[in-house]
Amino acid sequence: MLEFYTEYWPDYWDGTLVTLRLVVISFTLACIIGVIIAGFRVSPVPPLRSFASGYVALFRNMPLLVVFFLAFFGVGDLGFVFGPFPTAAVALGMYTGAYMAEVIRSGINSVSSGQAEAGRAIGLGFIPLLREIVIPQAVRTVIAPIGNLFIANFKNTAVALTISVFELTYISRKLINETARTWLSLLGAAIIYTVILLFAGWVFRTLEDRYAIKR
Amino acid sequence: MADALVEMRGVNKWYGELHALKEINLDIAEREVVVVIGPSGSGKSTLIRTINRLESIQEGEILIDGERLPEEGKGLAKLRADVGMVFQSFNLFAHKTILENVTLGPVKVKKMGKSDAEEKARGLLERVGVAHQADKYPAELSGGQQQRVAIARALAMEPKVMLFDEPTSALDPEMINEVLQVMLDLAEGGTTMVVVTHEMGFARSAADRMVFMDEGEIVEENDPESFYKGAKTERARDFLSKIITH
Repeated sequence: MLEFYTEYWPDYWDGTLVTLRLVVISFTLACIIGVIIAGFRVSPVPPLRSFASGYVALFRNMPLLVVFFLAFFGVGDLGFVFGPFPTAAVALGMYTGAYMAEVIRSGINSVSSGQAEAGRAIGLGFIPLLREIVIPQAVRTVIAPIGNLFIANFKNTAVALTISVFELTYISRKLINETARTWLSLLGAAIIYTVILLFAGWVFRTLEDRYAIKR
Repeated sequence: MADALVEMRGVNKWYGELHALKEINLDIAEREVVVVIGPSGSGKSTLIRTINRLESIQEGEILIDGERLPEEGKGLAKLRADVGMVFQSFNLFAHKTILENVTLGPVKVKKMGKSDAEEKARGLLERVGVAHQADKYPAELSGGQQQRVAIARALAMEPKVMLFDEPTSALDPEMINEVLQVMLDLAEGGTTMVVVTHEMGFARSAADRMVFMDEGEIVEENDPESFYKGAKTERARDFLSKIITH
């Protein structure tokens, strides 16, 4: 068993790096999209609100696999061809971004209206009000749900194997094909996912404790 | 009153069917202290919240220093900066320190340098007696201290007028005086103030004028002594008998 892992460790390592890159890019994108879409959803401008609701409805109600296939084969069929990795990063980021927008919106709604009123009363406009008062408080209450999203987003990178991104799950499947040692090939990936995500869970719990608002 | 700082002209507001403000005409002169009093639900909080447009109005107009309150957008934010507001529930920014609460407006709205803003903020915190709490968070302070910080936060914008919406109603009794004292000092210093409060002591020593509201309208305006001794209207006398006898 150990020989198997010492021999194929470089493959797992390469796959893990691709997965991590995919996570960093897609999750960063999801955070940016989430903040913008959530901002739209609470904005006083009706067309922005409609756009944001539409975005969330679209990406939250499609299976991730369909999003990936649409982004890769569908968009490719329209004549816009991008590589598997950028496609996966953007597709996953947009998908997680819809969930992120909902999480942030619920956080915004959890900030008491008096906080926003006090901000308006000292003359803050809509954007500075969100940036200085509402979002910092909302983010603190949504660290735990964002942690869940991070873990989900991390595991969802595995779907990228379907469009030939050489990430961790792709690698373990490749090893099955090459070595026929199905159990060991998959166990290696399972251990790596679990160890990294246990660590991530710990980080988010620590953040939650550190940034909890004193009330 | 040649030049009113705050002018309300024919202001009407409805919440659905409820006629919350009825044909309000009110002028507030510079350096004047006006106390608004009235039963719960009489519209007094709504009235002062319209002055910085935390509540919209459907009819009439409100002018601050001769400028009409705009509907929305940058102009509104700018005019709001000229109107300080102190809330019943303090509403200090929970995620910011006391010092940051006071510097936020000057830095973000008035584009003041950070060190200048901090110096000014420390001076204001000194003035309201909470300078040594500057680095704490709001929840670590007592209600009276929080409300004094809220006053300092509003003053940091150098507003033309200060609005107080029942500033002592959420306070434990022993903390009321420390807040009223700060407000008295402001009044004596010539700050223009509109105060919704039932604190008779404050009204008697600081108010230039009492405005009594009931059912969304201004029923009586009077100087404080005459108002408490012998209100002109039956409704005001009835209200006073309810709050004073105990």
